[in-house]
Amino acid sequence: MSPMPFDDLEVAYEALATAIDAAGREHEALFLTKLALLLGHELGDIGAFRGAIQAALDGLGD
Amino acid sequence: MRPAGKGPLDSLYFTYPHFPARQVPELDGVQARHPVVIVGSGPIGMTAALVLARYGVRSVLLDRKATFNDGSRAICIARPSMHILERIDAVAPFVAKALGWRHGRSYYRGEPIFRLEMPHPPGEKYLPMYNLQQQYIEQFLHDAVAACDLIDMRWQSDLTGIEARTDGARLAVRSPLGDYHLEADYVLAADGARSKVRSELGLRLKGENYEGHYVIADIRMDHDFPTERRAFFEPDSNPGGTVLIHKQPDNIWRIDYQLRDGESEQEALAEDNIRARVNAILVDIGHSKAWELEWWSIYSANTLCLDDYRHGRIFFMGDAAHIVPIFGVRGLNNGLADADNLGWKLGLVLQGEADERLLDSYSPERRGATLDVFANAAKSTRFMTPPTRGFRLAREAALSLSLTHEFPQRLANPRQMQPYTYAQSPLTPYAQRDDEFAAGPGCGSAAPNAEMDDGSHLLDYAGDGLTVMLFGDGRENAAEQALLGQLNALDSKLMALRIQCPDKAAAITEADSHSAIAGLFDAEPGTCYLLRPDLHIAGRWKALAADEILRTARLCLGRA
Repeated sequence: MSPMPFDDLEVAYEALATAIDAAGREHEALFLTKLALLLGHELGDIGAFRGAIQAALDGLGD
Repeated sequence: MRPAGKGPLDSLYFTYPHFPARQVPELDGVQARHPVVIVGSGPIGMTAALVLARYGVRSVLLDRKATFNDGSRAICIARPSMHILERIDAVAPFVAKALGWRHGRSYYRGEPIFRLEMPHPPGEKYLPMYNLQQQYIEQFLHDAVAACDLIDMRWQSDLTGIEARTDGARLAVRSPLGDYHLEADYVLAADGARSKVRSELGLRLKGENYEGHYVIADIRMDHDFPTERRAFFEPDSNPGGTVLIHKQPDNIWRIDYQLRDGESEQEALAEDNIRARVNAILVDIGHSKAWELEWWSIYSANTLCLDDYRHGRIFFMGDAAHIVPIFGVRGLNNGLADADNLGWKLGLVLQGEADERLLDSYSPERRGATLDVFANAAKSTRFMTPPTRGFRLAREAALSLSLTHEFPQRLANPRQMQPYTYAQSPLTPYAQRDDEFAAGPGCGSAAPNAEMDDGSHLLDYAGDGLTVMLFGDGRENAAEQALLGQLNALDSKLMALRIQCPDKAAAITEADSHSAIAGLFDAEPGTCYLLRPDLHIAGRWKALAADEILRTARLCLGRA
């Protein structure tokens, strides 16, 4: 799987931020969990999914 | 528990017999040594006695009660258990009364998200699952026990002590007619989750207790729905919780629901609360007519077992050995497999057909099956009863995605029992031979069934000893003859099944049951399968390997 071109990543970044706001505080966690399950399924690679989970966990709340 | 004003045995549909205590010889000072004493005459103890009787082995069966279980706990009988019941000549009333099924539905907030369809290959004789109240299970087994001369059934006989000895055990028994001692060569402890044998010997179950409590309530109602397992996640009637519904014979329905966080057991078990909660669930499924409350109980999900199911000459089985969560319907079914596993082994040992060391394989095989249940049950339980905020969020995400996507739907399937595979067993030394096969049942797994041209089934022909399936091309074969001679010398109960592989040229036009079996087992001329008495595959060889086949047969008879 090839990385997203920078221009697309910028669009993804904005789309994600807008969607978190649209979900609202009450639903943001559920929204993000659904999103992660969907993307994990699309990715089709448990190793890569675990890697992404670990990378996202690193440095939280330092 | 039963509704106010009813006694513990006042059932809407079942008339409990009352079994008196008997004046047994020991009460008259006659001491005999018994080959086997079984403590506990629930489904597991009675099945063990019946399996032993099939091998001509006498047993004394003790139970402290005067009748069957006061409510219906286990209700799901899986296909492999039907084969066990068939082999002890007890299956006919089960087939007549039980409700067979193979489908299930899961719902999330009232919307269907998953359709369960359990595999039902055309050659199978029994459906994947049958529902039947535990009282009937016990009654049908007891009818077989009562008809068997080899089983000395003693009701109202409470074990008060047990002393383990190297050559057996001495048991102290209390009955209304007096106290006495029993001497036994072997003891089978089938005395349930609160096993007296276990506590007397100072043994403890180890493992995990999970969060979450569930109520099971049996009700009677006229409700038109097929026999399927329905699972409701987050229904309107039980926000945040799960509800399971099963149909049973006699218009009895099992309602199983999860308690809410913070709801106390005592509060939940009050009759008014049971009625209110059941009513809400019935509204959800569109039942507005009258219903009657039969019985209810509470449980929590545990995965607990003994480190070793054997303590010298004392063997533990069923709930006395292991407690498993209810979702996999493996409490009863694994207990029956315990009884069958030890039954054939001890039966052959006591008949002099097998060496005592065969009994060493009981605990590793059956404890292995329990640990396998635990691995699945832990996953099921975490889904059914999410233990943390993370698990709750992940479940909600998976369930809500299931409404529109297929990929997470299987997560919402409470796992049903699969028979355990004894691939790691000391009795399965050549499991690597599976590599020679592209298909067919693997070493250690339960044999598939096939229908024969005359309507009988392949497994009808399996024996009480080893069964060897030899696939041939119709010609006499010296190597096969020599192997059969040696197997016959080893096992006097050997059953040899010769199956013709289809002639490649004629295969297309002459499809018959033999060629279907050859296909099912991925066999060609020279292929051999060795089946144990419990219909699990001890080994399979694409081409005859006499030394390995003979060694496997010897191991299955406890001989090195």
